[in-house]
Amino acid sequence: MINFSDPVLAAINTDDAEAMARLHDQLAVAAEVDRLLDVAYRTVDSPLGTLLLAATDQGLVRVAYDREDHDQVLQALCNQISPRILRAPRRLDQVARQFAEYFAGERRDFVLPLDFRLAHGFRRAVLGHLGLINYGHTETYAEVAAATGRARAVRAVGTACATNPLPVVVPCHRVLRSDGKLGGYIGGLEAKAALLSLESGGTIDRNILSR
Amino acid sequence: MKRPFEEIVAEHGPTVLRVCRAVLARPDADDAWSETFLAALRAYPDLADNANIEAWLVTIAHRKAIDLLRAESRRAAPIAVAETRSAVGGWEPSDGDLWAALGSLPTKQRQAVAYHHVAGLPYAEVAALVGGSTDAARRAAHDGIRALRRRYLNSATVPPQKES
Repeated sequence: MINFSDPVLAAINTDDAEAMARLHDQLAVAAEVDRLLDVAYRTVDSPLGTLLLAATDQGLVRVAYDREDHDQVLQALCNQISPRILRAPRRLDQVARQFAEYFAGERRDFVLPLDFRLAHGFRRAVLGHLGLINYGHTETYAEVAAATGRARAVRAVGTACATNPLPVVVPCHRVLRSDGKLGGYIGGLEAKAALLSLESGGTIDRNILSR
Repeated sequence: MKRPFEEIVAEHGPTVLRVCRAVLARPDADDAWSETFLAALRAYPDLADNANIEAWLVTIAHRKAIDLLRAESRRAAPIAVAETRSAVGGWEPSDGDLWAALGSLPTKQRQAVAYHHVAGLPYAEVAALVGGSTDAARRAAHDGIRALRRRYLNSATVPPQKES
C-alpha cells in the first residue's frame, strides 16, 4: 500500500528516531503532570541481571527479574492495574539509586513508598512480616508461618514468597527451609544465594547467573 | 486484551509523527504529536479492545492538526512557502523543498496524502475523516502526490538559476 520506492513517498515517510525519543520523554513528563501515568517503569542493571522496576503514584509496585520475562510482567501490570503504562524513569530515580546502593553493599534497608496492591489476604500478611526480617538475618518458612498466626500454613508462606511482587525490597530471600536448604526463589536459587552472600558481607559475582 | 500504552507509542508513534508533519507541512509538528498521544493516553482505557489503533490515533491527530492549523491561520500569514533552496547547488531536494512543496498543497490534499500514503488508511476511511466521497478522497490524494512530484522532484532535477 505504501510505496517507498517512490521518492516523494519515501521523503514523506522518513522516520526520525531522534525526534521520537524526545517526544516519548516529553509525553512521559506530561502524562505525570496530568496524572495519567498509572504505571511508570524503567529497568536497571544489577549483578543479578536486568531488573524491571514499576511504580504507581502510590509507590513501587513491582520488581521483576529477567527470568520472569519483562514483556509479560508489563502485560500483567496492564491487565491488573491499568494500560496507562509508560517507560518513565523519573518516577523511579530514587528506587534505582537505592538498588545500586544495596547491590554495592552500601545500603541495608530500602526506604521507599511501597504499593502492595498486587498481594492480597494471607500473602499480603506474609509480605508484611518479611519486612521485619533484618538485613543479614534469615527465618524459616515455619517461623514466618507462626509469626503470621497460621503456624500450619508453611506451604502458603512458600507460595507468598514465590509470588512476592517486590523481591529484594521485600526480602523473601531471607526465608529458608527448616533443614537449612534454600527452598525456592522467584529470581532463581543462584540469585537467592548471591543475595544472602551479599548480606553476610560478601559481594556478588557478576557472572553468577550465567554459570 | 489491551497492551501497555508504551507499546502503542513504540509501534505507532513514528507513523503518527510523519502524519502530523505531512498534514501541517512542517518538520516541527511536535505539538500535534504530543497533544495526540496525551489525548490518546487519557482515552486509552475506554477504547474497545478490538479497535484499529492506528486509525484511532490518526483520527485524533487529524483533529489536533486542524486545531493547530486554525490557530496558525488566526495568528498570522498562511503557512510559509519558504524559499529555502540555496542560490548555489541544490541538485538534491532538501527537506526544506519537501515542506515547501507540501505547504503549497490545499489542506485537503495534504490530509489525503498523509492519511492514505503515510498512515495507510483506505480511501473510504480517509473520506470519513476529511469529508466528501471516497472518490473525492482518492482524487485528492492522487492530485496531491502528482503536485508533490512536480514541485519537489523538479527541485532535484533542475538546478536552480544562479542569480548574479
